[in-house]
Amino acid sequence: MTIEAGHATVALNRPGFTLDVDVRIPGHGVTGIFGPSGCGKTTLLRCIAGLQQDARGSVGFNGEIWQNSDRFLPAWQRPVGYVFQDARLFPHMTVAGNLEYGRRRARVAPELASPDDITAMLGIDHLLERRPAQLSGGERQRVSIGRALLRYPSLVLMDEPLANLDAARKQEIMPFLERLHASLKVPMLYVSHSLDEMIRLCDHLIVMDAGRVLAQGTLHDVLMRTDLPMLGGREASTVLDVRVLDYEPQFELSRLQFAGGEIVVPGRHGDRDFPLRLRIMASDVSLCLERPQSSSILNILPAVVESLQPEAGGYVLVRLRVGSVHVMARVTQKSSMALNLAPGQSLFAQIKGVAVKSFV
Amino acid sequence: MEILHSWSENMPGLGPLWLSVKLGLVTTGILILFGTPLAFWLSRTRSHAKTIIEAMVALPIVLPPTVLGFYLLILLGPNGAIGSYWLKLTGETLTFSFGGLILASILYSMPFVIQPLQNAFESVSRGFVEAAATLGARPLDVFFTVVVPLGARGFLTAAIMGFAHTLGEFGVVLMVGGNIPGQTRVISIAIYDHVEAMEYGQAHALAAMLLMFSFVCMFALYFINRRWRHDH
Repeated sequence: MTIEAGHATVALNRPGFTLDVDVRIPGHGVTGIFGPSGCGKTTLLRCIAGLQQDARGSVGFNGEIWQNSDRFLPAWQRPVGYVFQDARLFPHMTVAGNLEYGRRRARVAPELASPDDITAMLGIDHLLERRPAQLSGGERQRVSIGRALLRYPSLVLMDEPLANLDAARKQEIMPFLERLHASLKVPMLYVSHSLDEMIRLCDHLIVMDAGRVLAQGTLHDVLMRTDLPMLGGREASTVLDVRVLDYEPQFELSRLQFAGGEIVVPGRHGDRDFPLRLRIMASDVSLCLERPQSSSILNILPAVVESLQPEAGGYVLVRLRVGSVHVMARVTQKSSMALNLAPGQSLFAQIKGVAVKSFV
Repeated sequence: MEILHSWSENMPGLGPLWLSVKLGLVTTGILILFGTPLAFWLSRTRSHAKTIIEAMVALPIVLPPTVLGFYLLILLGPNGAIGSYWLKLTGETLTFSFGGLILASILYSMPFVIQPLQNAFESVSRGFVEAAATLGARPLDVFFTVVVPLGARGFLTAAIMGFAHTLGEFGVVLMVGGNIPGQTRVISIAIYDHVEAMEYGQAHALAAMLLMFSFVCMFALYFINRRWRHDH
């Protein structure tokens, strides 16, 4: 795990719900807090922001203590930018008034992005004179993100900003979030129950269930944790961070490089060295003992079996090492027996499908 | 205000009206000033004392004005707990004076100011308060920039209700204030006086004035409430 900037060790008891977590907040990048509805993701975020006065435990960030047994820094003194699920724009102010609200109260005048840059990036500069009631759901959420960023926080907290939006609105906001991911200098915690959002946005992942943390670490590592019910089975997948090598216009294919070799995907995805993220479903990876000489499949990578894990329904999840990264394959028990799969074995992984997840 | 005052010098019927308006303005002002923190506290607290205080605030609605007036007369009188202290402090009695009338009106009109304010504060979603806090606004800042503007309708309702109710009070004034021209002879007392003296003409004039004024107040209240609903 990367250098951590903070931690939250909090406990909270309510009738029918107990939160008891110990999470580390990485110093940069987006950390996803993932889990089913009602698992305590939002409550954890509220504890970090200081909105949960009944929480016990300790919270610290950037060497500053926000909460411990004899100190509770009130929410307004914590330099966080909170984006609520329901936007919560002040109805009696214009968009400009909402954006100004946090900026006027910011502790430091930072040299981060200027207000104009932020409104331009979020595509809200033409809405400044409007009232929140006159905005669409997607616009409201973008203004809410802008308002939180213009408070110039040292930690951004986003609580399912896409949850209340329909699919079209999600598609409208996603590019802004991805752009934010690329340009944001401060760490962000991003709560969601959508694994797809996590894979598109996050560098680190915290998996929660029933008020507890099941796993935390880099996205790549945590996704390998197939023992976690929400990450195994059909959802089992590998995330690879790659860079564009070149584009073959003749076949309309892009060559991408990652720590384990090269991969080819259809379509053009940016210039050389452009960063992309790929998601490879474990069920799209098949295995063969010899390199297939004549195959329609473009991506065939040498791999070493690291471990095997039988799954319900007659499947086996095979954890492979490809170069310096891991890739997961999901094959039938029958195939596994036929190939006599065992840890340490060298073979070839054929990748049938690759989803390119970041279109910045 | 000044015009009204100079009129009242020349037209004896306007004296009681002016006194009523003055009483209403002062009472409402004081109630808004001190009622706002109390109403805000009531809207946010989980304390057990809340129920007791709410019941006490509501008491003047159900209590006959004579009961309230009777206790006030005892309390504010020269031998009463507050009245004797006041006498020592100022050399004047609280009963049968404008000051005593203000004190009585504050108690009498309290629920009509506190309750709309409390309702308004309760209707301001906690979500906005939390959002303001995460944007760096300290509690008092949140109160003035978020709670007050979002509860503005409550302030308007409270002011109009408090003012109109003070204008219409009779029983409490009669008990505590009596009937001293320029001091405690408010419009409702003046009407009663005229009727007692069979001066129906003057009674008519004052009663019509109060009726019209009350209607304008209520009309303004409902009119503004309606416009507000359309805006938000």
